[in-house]
Amino acid sequence: MSGTTPEMPTPEEIRAMTPEQAMVVAAELDGVHIVHRRDRFPVRGTKAEKRAERGVALCFLIAALAGVAFIVVFIAAPYRWHLPGTPQNFRFYTPALGGLLALLLLFMGIGMVLWAKWLMPEEEVVQDRHDEPSSESDILLTEASLLVGLEDTGLPRRSLIMRTLLLAGGVFTAVPLVALVGGMIKKPGTQLLHTLYRNDPKAFPETNGRVPLVDINWKRVGPDYLEPGGIATVFPGVRAVGPSGYDGVHDASSPTLLIRLKPGQTVKPRKGQENFGWGEYIAFSKICTHAGCPASLYEQQTSRLLCPCHQSQFEVLEDAKPVFGPATRSLPKLPLDVVVGEDGSQYFVARHDFNEAIGPGYWERP
Amino acid sequence: MTDNPPRRSAEPRTPQGKAGKFLDDRLNMAGPIRKQLNKVFPDHWSFMMGEIALYSFIVLLLTGTYLSFFFDASMAETVYNGHYLPMKGVTMSRAYASTLDISFDVRGGLIIRQIHHWAALLFVGAMMVHMFRVFFTGAFRKPRELNWLIGLGLIMLGIVEGFAGYSLPDDLLSGTGLRIADAIMLSIPVVGTWVSFLVFGGPFPGHVIIGRLYIAHVLLIPGIILALIGAHLALVVRQKHTQFPGPGRTEHQVSGERVFPVYAAKAGGFFFIVFAACAALGGFFQINPVWLFGPYTPSQVSSGSQPDYYMMFLDGSTRLFPSWEIRLWGHTLPPLFWPTVVLPGILVNLAAAYPFLEAKLTKDRAKHNLLQRPRDVPVRTGLGAMAITFYMVLFLSGGNDLIAKAFDISLNAMTWGGRIFLLVLPPIAYALTYRVCIGLQRHDREVLEHGLETGIIQVLPHGEFIEIHQPLGPTDEHGHGTLSYAGTPVPKRMGQLGAMSPLKHVRGFFYPVTEKPEIQAALDELEAQHVAEVETAGDDRHQLTD
Repeated sequence: MSGTTPEMPTPEEIRAMTPEQAMVVAAELDGVHIVHRRDRFPVRGTKAEKRAERGVALCFLIAALAGVAFIVVFIAAPYRWHLPGTPQNFRFYTPALGGLLALLLLFMGIGMVLWAKWLMPEEEVVQDRHDEPSSESDILLTEASLLVGLEDTGLPRRSLIMRTLLLAGGVFTAVPLVALVGGMIKKPGTQLLHTLYRNDPKAFPETNGRVPLVDINWKRVGPDYLEPGGIATVFPGVRAVGPSGYDGVHDASSPTLLIRLKPGQTVKPRKGQENFGWGEYIAFSKICTHAGCPASLYEQQTSRLLCPCHQSQFEVLEDAKPVFGPATRSLPKLPLDVVVGEDGSQYFVARHDFNEAIGPGYWERP
Repeated sequence: MTDNPPRRSAEPRTPQGKAGKFLDDRLNMAGPIRKQLNKVFPDHWSFMMGEIALYSFIVLLLTGTYLSFFFDASMAETVYNGHYLPMKGVTMSRAYASTLDISFDVRGGLIIRQIHHWAALLFVGAMMVHMFRVFFTGAFRKPRELNWLIGLGLIMLGIVEGFAGYSLPDDLLSGTGLRIADAIMLSIPVVGTWVSFLVFGGPFPGHVIIGRLYIAHVLLIPGIILALIGAHLALVVRQKHTQFPGPGRTEHQVSGERVFPVYAAKAGGFFFIVFAACAALGGFFQINPVWLFGPYTPSQVSSGSQPDYYMMFLDGSTRLFPSWEIRLWGHTLPPLFWPTVVLPGILVNLAAAYPFLEAKLTKDRAKHNLLQRPRDVPVRTGLGAMAITFYMVLFLSGGNDLIAKAFDISLNAMTWGGRIFLLVLPPIAYALTYRVCIGLQRHDREVLEHGLETGIIQVLPHGEFIEIHQPLGPTDEHGHGTLSYAGTPVPKRMGQLGAMSPLKHVRGFFYPVTEKPEIQAALDELEAQHVAEVETAGDDRHQLTD
């Protein structure tokens, strides 16, 4: 069953064959040898054959019915979300569609597979792989064609053309790259070093430029905001859109944790930020110094902050020093002060910006 | 087999014949098409993994196109006013709002969205399992190294495509993922901040990332994936599929079924079955319920935030890596760089180099079209087990907070456990797998030499008990089998030899099926012919393997 391919028969010879014979000849011509081929039901009309046929047909029938049901449910059933428990709420719209679509597809698939397995002839067919390397003559002839062609271009001799072509080609590939990437490049500058807590005398003349702290609803936050041991997320109350395109509450560098210590708790401050707190209040950047998630889980009993993304843990009483997990740097601390507003209420302001970059580390970070 | 009369005339008369003639007059395709119809594909259950990946990709294209009609990849702010009451009046991006609309206000939108997400999970998973099938059976060996590389590229693109896709809704969970992706970019030495600002168009999150991810997700990456799938399949067709060794199977042939009609019917049917699985998953199992997470805001995160499973090994490596920060001449090399940039780089390069490394180390330069059983290559199988163990420790560590909560274990103990297991378990897995492979090999040899246990105990006259063994083939003068191992499964139970096959079963559930007399006569005649054939074939045919 190998090597020699049979000769192509003439049209007359093929016409003299049955289709079955012609099919075998065709396969042989393509290097395909039918080793074994058996009709599943050599005797036509047996009950077994009829049953197989009915089985396959039943699959397609179920598929069709499921498809019709799918269309009916899709069009007729209420699909909009309503409060669970209200009569308009139909919770089973999506499961019904999924189930019916799955039935339609599943029985289409099963029907086709059973059709092939039960009714189509059983066959064992062998095909030659023909994956030996090209013949030596072929390789030599191709090599010669390539060599002469290359010689015809004169490139091996004319090094000037070769070099200038390489130059132009290099520039040719660089141009779209530069055009594409060039338009997208943004100079980072020192943007990552600053947040919206930067003093801004124009926007906040009444506090000498110091930025007030607000909660997520833009309400100013004062010393009565938290119970002892409490924690809240606060933001710089900057309404104007900053260089990032976001205002104080929405800027990614803004989120800050305001913590009110329990009586008796004292903070061992880091060097250079000894007087950053105000009374029982301290504030840290909420952005984890590891990968930038909000380090938002505060365990009051152990005074630890946990970042849920990679489980870095920060000891609040040691100025948010990392004590476990992959983070390497303390959370930056915001210097707090309290001012009295026109209406006599007290509220927090940031004396100045964080004294280090907030968020994850990067190459230029000093 | 068929009684159709032979064709006599030169001109086609049937409509199909005329259509064929019309095409052939213009394209001249009769020969090449016949060649493809006659192409032979081998069959084995493990070959279906790649098919599942292919079919789930088709499902992704279909459902994804539908979703693009409704999704608005914009970060512009809007106030939600749809039918999902809990979100009414909330300020959010257009991307998030349109995802809610797809889920609650588009008829049948949620089912399509969920099918799309499940199909994506299936796509990446099927590719990974397919890759392991190829690895453990040695299908990557010469001449198929190129296809191994293309496949590796497809897995990586599939992961990136999946990440880009689930980031599109701009919900709290995926936004947190993007935030971490930004931190990973920032951690790259020298160019990190420039890369981050280039991708996000300024500091994170900016206003362009969803639009950019969208065009990458619906055009750029799927285009490349489609081209690579085309190349992957073209190479399979060109080089022909590998197959397991077996009776009559050689390196120079492929045996199985022809594309038309049997293989095409089976593969087509399997496509529908894969699609059905996606539909059932999408209908019955909620996936990525973004309306529960809320829109993205940089100040919030929920505990138990896990990415899609194919990203979890990176989350795990990030959790396990110690807090080592390097300071260089006033510059920072953050700890994030090692587990998220260097480690995946090493893993991908190892996988890409493996076929060439193995060929170099084993000095095996031959072409291989026959597959190997994993037990017959214990070193490779052991290395694979080692890789899987390494990956699984990282994967589980990506959810170590959930494990800690479910089993009431200290979170810090989980982290330390992960660090230790990551280094200790892979070598153990290697050693164990190696021993198991050797054991399985020995058992195969033992059965070939001594035969199968029949379960029949014999008492010898001097009182010794022995079990009678059934030799698999001819034996030498000591009663030892003379068959040598051929890389194929060896029967281990008498039933596999047909010794315990049930009696010719009677068909029919309530009463035996009786055929019409003339049909029964034809059946009996056929049976008699068959018996005669088997008897004349003699007993020199030893069917040892199936």
